[in-house]
Amino acid sequence: MSATITPARSRTPVPATGFTPVLRAEWVKFRTVRGWVIGMIIAALVTVGIALLDHSECGGQVTPGGPSVVGAGCSVPIGPGGAAVSDSFYFVHRTLAGQGSITARVTALTRPGGNGPARLQPWSKAGIIIKASTRPGSAYAAMLVTPGHGVRMQYDFTGDIAGLPGTVSPATPRWLRLTRSGDALTGYDSADGTHWTRVGTVRVAGLAGTVQAGLFAATPGTTIPGSQSLTGSSAQGALTLATGHFDHVTLSGNSPRHGWAGTAVGGGGAPGAGFRQAGRTVTVTGTGDIAPYVAAANGGTGTPIESTLTGVFAALIAVIVVAALFIAAEYRRGLIRVTFAASPARARVLAAKATVIGGVTFVAGLAGAAGAMVFGAALLRSNGNFILPVSALTGARVLAGTAALLAVVAVLAVALGAILRSGAAAVTVLIVAIVLPYLLAIALPVLPASAAGWLLRVTPAAGFAIEQTVPRYAQVAASYTPKNGYYPLPPWAGFAVLCAWAALAVAVAVFVLRRRDA
Amino acid sequence: MSAPKAHAGGAKQALHAEWTKLRTAPGLGWLLLGVVALTVGLGALADTATHCPAHVCHTDPARAMLIGIDLSQAVVAVLAVLVISGEYGTGMIRVTLAAMPRRTSVLAAKAATVSGVVLVAGAVAVAGALLAGRLILPGHGFPPLSLAGPMLRAAAGSVLYLGLIALLSLGIGTAVRGAAAAMGAVLGLLYLVPIIATTVTDAAWHRHLEQLAPMTAGLTIQYTTGLRGLPLRPWAGLGVLAAWAAGALLLGGLLLRLRDA
Repeated sequence: MSATITPARSRTPVPATGFTPVLRAEWVKFRTVRGWVIGMIIAALVTVGIALLDHSECGGQVTPGGPSVVGAGCSVPIGPGGAAVSDSFYFVHRTLAGQGSITARVTALTRPGGNGPARLQPWSKAGIIIKASTRPGSAYAAMLVTPGHGVRMQYDFTGDIAGLPGTVSPATPRWLRLTRSGDALTGYDSADGTHWTRVGTVRVAGLAGTVQAGLFAATPGTTIPGSQSLTGSSAQGALTLATGHFDHVTLSGNSPRHGWAGTAVGGGGAPGAGFRQAGRTVTVTGTGDIAPYVAAANGGTGTPIESTLTGVFAALIAVIVVAALFIAAEYRRGLIRVTFAASPARARVLAAKATVIGGVTFVAGLAGAAGAMVFGAALLRSNGNFILPVSALTGARVLAGTAALLAVVAVLAVALGAILRSGAAAVTVLIVAIVLPYLLAIALPVLPASAAGWLLRVTPAAGFAIEQTVPRYAQVAASYTPKNGYYPLPPWAGFAVLCAWAALAVAVAVFVLRRRDA
Repeated sequence: MSAPKAHAGGAKQALHAEWTKLRTAPGLGWLLLGVVALTVGLGALADTATHCPAHVCHTDPARAMLIGIDLSQAVVAVLAVLVISGEYGTGMIRVTLAAMPRRTSVLAAKAATVSGVVLVAGAVAVAGALLAGRLILPGHGFPPLSLAGPMLRAAAGSVLYLGLIALLSLGIGTAVRGAAAAMGAVLGLLYLVPIIATTVTDAAWHRHLEQLAPMTAGLTIQYTTGLRGLPLRPWAGLGVLAAWAAGALLLGGLLLRLRDA
């Protein structure tokens, strides 16, 4: 009871209270709680495990219940850029050796037996094309007319240059010309056949000395809504045909003088496809598309690699529980007072906890995501599915991004645990904030697409965009909805939204940790 | 206060004790308010975002109005889990079991009180959501809504759905004991299966998953149109959720009897 007692002070300097000892203390706390270590291991295993549950067989959904033909027609051609492409059309062609050019006048693009061009897709196409071979996926450049987007010069599936606007009709025909000089292909268009405009010159690598040049027609299938189920609706594509009406067709250069050959490239040979020559006019009828592959526009025969990562949602829940408990358990047991007594810089404690849990989660997430992507993709391939190829950089972004997503969510959970001081509350708030928006937007599409899009822009669920590998293409009409794997934000922007939420939570946590008694 | 009298009133006393604990628990009012506010609020947001062009409705009005249940069930789960896990967290469970050694009746009393409270809050929440829908949806091209037949089933079923979620959460909370882990388990069970089902392209498996998962099966009760496309008939779907709740309570009760508190 003496006021004169002063705390005993050691003459030796106080051990350095840098970040490292705090970090080590938090690491020891983490690794000595068996449940948390087990929880992290479960997070990694469940990511792989759920990927291995996916026994979808390509072609299996065509005949539900019955025996399915595995792998039939599920393969997708690969374009010169290494990406999957759609390459099926009706091709009326001759060989062309060395330099040369092809010219044609298009007088109409119609639907055979149908009600005129209004019923075609905006991106139905007919025109002239110079292509390395009739093999699907080979290099090409084409000048073409479309019902909705005027004249275009397209090359190697992703390239697209606009030419003359307006629709083609007998009153307003379109003259198209394509000349080859080495690797350079130049496209011209004209409304009258005398005044020509250069649309573009492109370098098309991979053209041999002798190429195929000629006329083509293609139209993507219409998508008709299919059966409705609780977690979404399936859609089926119906084959349609487009007919291009050509005249004044001239092929100059080293080309045989005998007639045209017709080839249905890549299965663009639906009943009714073919070509007819009557006098100077040629009509070409075909189906399909020459464009980058978009699963949402092609009945979904190609599987994006991120579909092996569904287990990340299960891992997310395990990670959230462990990370929230990592701090909330200290509040429950009163250990937090010891912790803050030992290292009074509270922000530093929180930083150490975030570093430990974020690092551990990143490693576990990386292992889980890598396992899921490797083994899940192998399983899908063995069932005849075609995994859409991605560049090494994109693959690395998906892998590291998934691990980083989990790590950032873990940091968010620690911050929420510090703010709410209750594990149950932090777990609930975070699962509701990140899993439920995804569920409402994608898995239970009750909300209209616009509302679903906003959910995936502003909530932490925006971060899942980091997993998207399928790009949007202006020249492919498809429903680019979250349900089909297209997030409203670009990958890094979506991830940044999640990081912003985490930063906000950490800032609030630091603020309240400093203000409150422990 | 003779011993026989206390014995005879065991169930009643247990109920009274649990009711007192629940009623005086801090935050109960906020949680119940949360159930109502989230159900009505999210429902109203969904109502304003939904449009029906020229009476060609692909959206089920009942599902749009009652979508808030998807969110507020998480609050119900918190409430129910904390009824048991809160006692484990503070050590109160040992006092409870010392006072009422018949563990099954403790759990039964907890189930009765928490589901009763949730049913009342759920009824208020669903009534509010329906009211919001009646005010908003007719301006968005929906036909006038009448509270009859399928709509009554969706409304009453949604209240029952919340009650069953409370029982399921109580059972899981009793089995898991830790509140945070129990919440992870409950929300994982509810939210994960529909997400995993989206990757299953095999139609038959997809349907089986939707029939078995507590959330997708239970929420069939909210549909008033397109019942043929549902994995289950509405009441059968709610039955699946009831089976889950019963199974969780059985497991929780069994573990409560077998384990030391």
